Amino acid sequence: MASLDDLKKRIASVKSTQKITKAMKMVAAAKLRRAQESAEKGRPYSEKMNNIILNLSIGISDKDSLPKLLSGTGKDKIHLCVVMTSDRGLCGGFNSNIIKKAKNYFFKLSREGKDLKIITVGTKGYDQLRRVYAEKIIENISFKSSKNANYSDAEKVSKLIIEKFEKEEFDVCTIFYNQFKNVITQIPQAQQIIPLIHERSDGIKPDDIYEFEPEEDEILNNLLPKNISTQIFKAMLENSASEQGSRMSAMDNATRNAGEMVDKLTIEYNRSRQAAITKELIEIISGAESL
Amino acid sequence: MSEQYKIEIVNPEKSFLIKDDVTEVVLPAFEGEMGILKDHIPIISFLKPGIIKIYSKSGQENYYVEDGIVEFKNNNLSILTSSIDNIKNMNKSKLQDLLKIAEQEVVKFENNDQLKYLIDQKIDVLKSLN
Repeated sequence: MASLDDLKKRIASVKSTQKITKAMKMVAAAKLRRAQESAEKGRPYSEKMNNIILNLSIGISDKDSLPKLLSGTGKDKIHLCVVMTSDRGLCGGFNSNIIKKAKNYFFKLSREGKDLKIITVGTKGYDQLRRVYAEKIIENISFKSSKNANYSDAEKVSKLIIEKFEKEEFDVCTIFYNQFKNVITQIPQAQQIIPLIHERSDGIKPDDIYEFEPEEDEILNNLLPKNISTQIFKAMLENSASEQGSRMSAMDNATRNAGEMVDKLTIEYNRSRQAAITKELIEIISGAESL
Repeated sequence: MSEQYKIEIVNPEKSFLIKDDVTEVVLPAFEGEMGILKDHIPIISFLKPGIIKIYSKSGQENYYVEDGIVEFKNNNLSILTSSIDNIKNMNKSKLQDLLKIAEQEVVKFENNDQLKYLIDQKIDVLKSLN
């Protein structure tokens, strides 16, 4: 049994850990609100962008001249996976959920005999993937210095991807990120961005006839790279909201666990203190009796 | 019938501007300036660097843009742009900075006509604002 002194020290250390996790929870909650706000504010842009591209691709007459970013290279051999994770730890299952999703996808690819290339965004994902897929990772990008997700960072990533696409280094590009649903639930997503999958929602009527200036294909050529930046930016916003949400619930749990531990340790401390007192009393009494 | 329609300017971070009492908007479209009045035919176009002029009941507003996509449909004008600023909020030094960056960039694009055209436009606009 631990001595009284040891117990006292442990209680103190658990209490201070609890203070830290509590503070982290508060910080995460404050950041979450901001991140959630900007994720919501960013939505109209990506939605509008999607709609315009949808309208354009419906309106385009010559299906053969579609830009490669939309129709693909015609091959399906080399897959580029952009795994977007956080730069900081202590956020529960946030990073491992993305990695799990990505690894499942990688397995599927290798079973189908496809080539794999990986770009990691964020140091945590890089650290986890490096162990198994070190030779597949072609680039690791980190935005540790920028405080919030911003558009120019997203543009940097998309420029890199487009450059590689134009050099025909890959055929299909998929991004992995966590979609923010609420504080407790974040859903890991795999979204294919090249070639673009444009699902036709029922709300769009094909009889919307547009005038284009300049020609459709020129607009598309201009628009598609922008759309990639937009999608990546959206992923970054969702990711940062998810990260904070995940951290908040993780730290909430940690605080609660620490509280339970303090209670348990305090009971143990009180018990052994009582035992020591009783023991001393018995010694005194039995000493007195033997006289 | 009123002659007003709705405009929405969004940038990646947020909704930049929403107004529903606009009478005319002049856009620096890629192939030349374009004025949009109510009941314009649905159109999709993209922007070159220039000035968006918005005329509404409350007066005229000018915005500087570097790029963007425009969609007009059902009397809704949506402008998607990643770089927009109200000219009122742009002071001399900021304009000078932008101009300096643009002039440095122009050298890089000597061999790409389209980009060079765009950046030349940008320089012209910035010079006219100065």
